[in-house]
Amino acid sequence: MGELRLMKGNEALAEAAIRAGVDGYFGYPITPQSEVVEYLTAEKPHERTGMVVLQAESEVASINMLYGGGATGKKVMTSSSSPGISLMQEGLSYIAGAEIPCVVVNVVRGGPGLGDIQPAQSDYFQAVKGGGHGDYRLIVLAPSSVQEMSDFVPLAFDLAFKYRNPAMIMSDGLIGQMMEKVELFDPMPRMTDDEIKEKYPWATNGKPVGGERRIITSLDLDPHRLEDHNHHLQEKYREVEENEVRYELFDCDDAEYIIVAYGSSARVCQKSIQLAREEGIKVGLLRPITLWPYPKKQIREFVDKGVKGFLSVEMSAGQMIEDIKLAVEGQARVEYFGRYGGVIPSPEEVVEAFKNKFQED
Amino acid sequence: MAEITVQEIIKPENLVYKKTPLMTDKVLSYCPGCGHGTAHRLIMEVIEEMGKENDTIGVAPVGCSVLAYEFMNVDMQEAAHGRAPALATAIKRLWPDKVVFTYQGDGDLAAIGTSETIHACNRGEQIVIVFINNGIYGMTGGQMAPTTLVGMKTSTSPYGRDVHLMGNPLKITELIAQLPGTYFVTRQAVHTPAAVRKAKRALRKAFENQVNNIPGLSFVEIVSNCNSGWKMTPVDANNWMEENMFPFYQLGDIKVDGKLVEK
Repeated sequence: MGELRLMKGNEALAEAAIRAGVDGYFGYPITPQSEVVEYLTAEKPHERTGMVVLQAESEVASINMLYGGGATGKKVMTSSSSPGISLMQEGLSYIAGAEIPCVVVNVVRGGPGLGDIQPAQSDYFQAVKGGGHGDYRLIVLAPSSVQEMSDFVPLAFDLAFKYRNPAMIMSDGLIGQMMEKVELFDPMPRMTDDEIKEKYPWATNGKPVGGERRIITSLDLDPHRLEDHNHHLQEKYREVEENEVRYELFDCDDAEYIIVAYGSSARVCQKSIQLAREEGIKVGLLRPITLWPYPKKQIREFVDKGVKGFLSVEMSAGQMIEDIKLAVEGQARVEYFGRYGGVIPSPEEVVEAFKNKFQED
Repeated sequence: MAEITVQEIIKPENLVYKKTPLMTDKVLSYCPGCGHGTAHRLIMEVIEEMGKENDTIGVAPVGCSVLAYEFMNVDMQEAAHGRAPALATAIKRLWPDKVVFTYQGDGDLAAIGTSETIHACNRGEQIVIVFINNGIYGMTGGQMAPTTLVGMKTSTSPYGRDVHLMGNPLKITELIAQLPGTYFVTRQAVHTPAAVRKAKRALRKAFENQVNNIPGLSFVEIVSNCNSGWKMTPVDANNWMEENMFPFYQLGDIKVDGKLVEK
């Protein structure tokens, strides 16, 4: 059993970064995630593990610090909230193009624009469809507890390095701010410089003696070579889709209907399916843990097993429902219920919405 | 007199100079007469002479020198437009024993990357920034830069830079010299053999500061021509640079050992 603590989601994530052997954190304050950089500066991780922590001048600088640091083979991460993540899209596109592993945390707040500082999930499209320019994908993990804010840090780094791809932990203002019991994993040592050089021969950390220099770039002016590179990226993404889908099921064995919800919405819907079952409605919950790759096959299997309908419950105005529809391919009803702009749905209103949508069945 | 052949000229006993192995054999993509190639070579010679070939990471910008990594035979990263100082900050902090430099043009460093430039300088990151100032956007075809002189014609100031409409040319080098984080700030040129020798000494000093762990950033501006963008022959461009650029962008050290040079 690891160390138990009562922590905010943002603090658990910051502590997990130190324990996961992260080499560098570069970030800029923004509500509701500023506890991450505050915790990291207060904890003096430089003394604990040698981890570098730097408050950057902007989110644009933060993400480019990840580009530079990640390209040397070090474990680097940043965190921000929606408006700041928008500023990082240029950098994420370069990082994805140059295939640099790194972890970006988005503690989502209401939008668009400056929006508000309350929990939301309205950055779904931005996270799972690319976000910046060009054909690329982020690996996106959606924690729904403080425990997962901690556990997903090493997981995100494992995936980022396995596929040389940026990974995102997409949380929200609720998971970031609420306090829960968390079991912290035992600290993992940071890799030594020699281990990094041995393990990541692509990394630009000084040309090997007698060897060839390395170049990290997203540029290739030859369209045919760039197309080849894009083919390679797409093949990698297919491999991620094949191997890395993660989800959790609640009461789905006998379910006639399935609610699909992630993150905070999934926490609300766990209660909703309990209330619905008390009324005799056979409804289950599918919680996507990876938002990209999306659990399309699992949803399709439920269709083939005769599930009559799906309800996408989101703290956004109907974004994830598009991916459910793509999975269902018109073979079952797919409905939407959401609150947004920083409003969290109640379990009761989800049940009410469910009954309204499917009452004629 | 018998004709001398190339084979005779390149006999070992006749060679007094050779290309540093830290420049690749790739043919430079720069226009004939451009200063970039010389600036590249000087940096690579300094790295070679300091024995830092295996301990150097360079960051290339967006601009004419976007392909600098094709020519510089050390580990290289290619940044987004203006962001090189942010990349270099992280690289140096994560690998403090390595030599880290950025190579940036005026649009990259003094327009879109102003924030990254100023904050890297102000934090005193222990990196070298090499700044090539030719007063124009070369790669995109000769548009106005932050450093374009008053009255200078470019494709986006076709009647000359009008300060009332387009603002003033930015002396960013003087600006960053004011920041406590910069240790060595100098402005050089590479248009004559004498200037090349001076520029190399300045680059050597900048890189030595970093290798010797002297706190603070070293910043070397090289005022260069852009004969294609300026629509002149290489010789005319160098003459025009001397007559017009140098009076505004005066050559010489601006800050040495952390202290502003009295003019």
